[in-house]
Amino acid sequence: MSAPIRVVVNGAPREFPAPLTFSQLIDELHLAGRRLAVERNGEIVPRSRFGEARLADGDRIEVVIAVGGG
Amino acid sequence: MNAPEKIAAQDELVIAGKRYRSRLLVGTGKYRDFDETRRAVEASGAEIVTVAIRRTNIGQNAGEPSLLDALPPSRFTILPNTAGCYTAEDAVRTLRLARELLDGHALVKLEVLGDPQTLFPNMPETLAAAKTLVADGFQVMAYCSDDPILAKELQDLGCVAVMPLASLIGSGMGILNPWNLRIIRDRLSVPVLVDAGIGTASDAAIAMELGCDGVLMNTAIAKAGEPVRMANAMKLAVEAGREAFLARRMPKKPYEAAASSPQAGLIAPVGGA
Repeated sequence: MSAPIRVVVNGAPREFPAPLTFSQLIDELHLAGRRLAVERNGEIVPRSRFGEARLADGDRIEVVIAVGGG
Repeated sequence: MNAPEKIAAQDELVIAGKRYRSRLLVGTGKYRDFDETRRAVEASGAEIVTVAIRRTNIGQNAGEPSLLDALPPSRFTILPNTAGCYTAEDAVRTLRLARELLDGHALVKLEVLGDPQTLFPNMPETLAAAKTLVADGFQVMAYCSDDPILAKELQDLGCVAVMPLASLIGSGMGILNPWNLRIIRDRLSVPVLVDAGIGTASDAAIAMELGCDGVLMNTAIAKAGEPVRMANAMKLAVEAGREAFLARRMPKKPYEAAASSPQAGLIAPVGGA
């Protein structure tokens, strides 16, 4: 069992067991099935890569959805 | 055969090669709930609806309804915006997230704001963002000031539509400078849509009578006493204004009346023959 990874998700520090893919992150955040987009350290993480791409310690993650706006 | 209907059927708004019957674009903010949003959008007849991109609330989402369930992208052209962005970099990042969220959808509304009091656009940052986004394959509809020179620069950078403000976002002050809008409309070849400042139906009609290709609004509908009813009013106003523009209004004659009734054949004046 490796050390947990520490990341920042939408501005809040979080800890997760490692290793952690983006699919697992979305499950951990109870966001599975929702239409969303993810950015890691300023770069898009395509949904097609969620299953394989792994988070790294110190990653800054943004998870966004569409909301009402003008 | 009904002639006006025939004219209306041929008069489509074309943005980035795609044809739209409605010239009214609406925002989805400030409604009570998604049901009111959906009913207002339906009443407006809009085919293009704007959305904002925001962080999701972590841990409070289970079963929470989503805007795109109420307004499915299969039925509406979703136009993600960059509201709240104050730099070109943040606007570009936001729209790249939007493109990922919407499965590669390229049509976007760029707005880079200058300050939180006026929400006036920061045009240098808007131009910089437009350049980056066009190079990255986006179809950019750009919110901008009503400066004809800067509007033309946005067109020259490759924006698919230019959207000058009528007055401040959310102010409901209507069209404060129709002359500039007219200059922009006359000088540009891409669609020109009035975005921001519309307060009531006559404002939308005036925008269309000036020759603008469309109108984008949110608060004027969402913050009306009866939003769904106002959405219908805006639909009618945009259609009426467009028809009046196409029909070409009569010239103004400020110093000369012209009777509509015949001058001849009047009955004899009292005491006359």
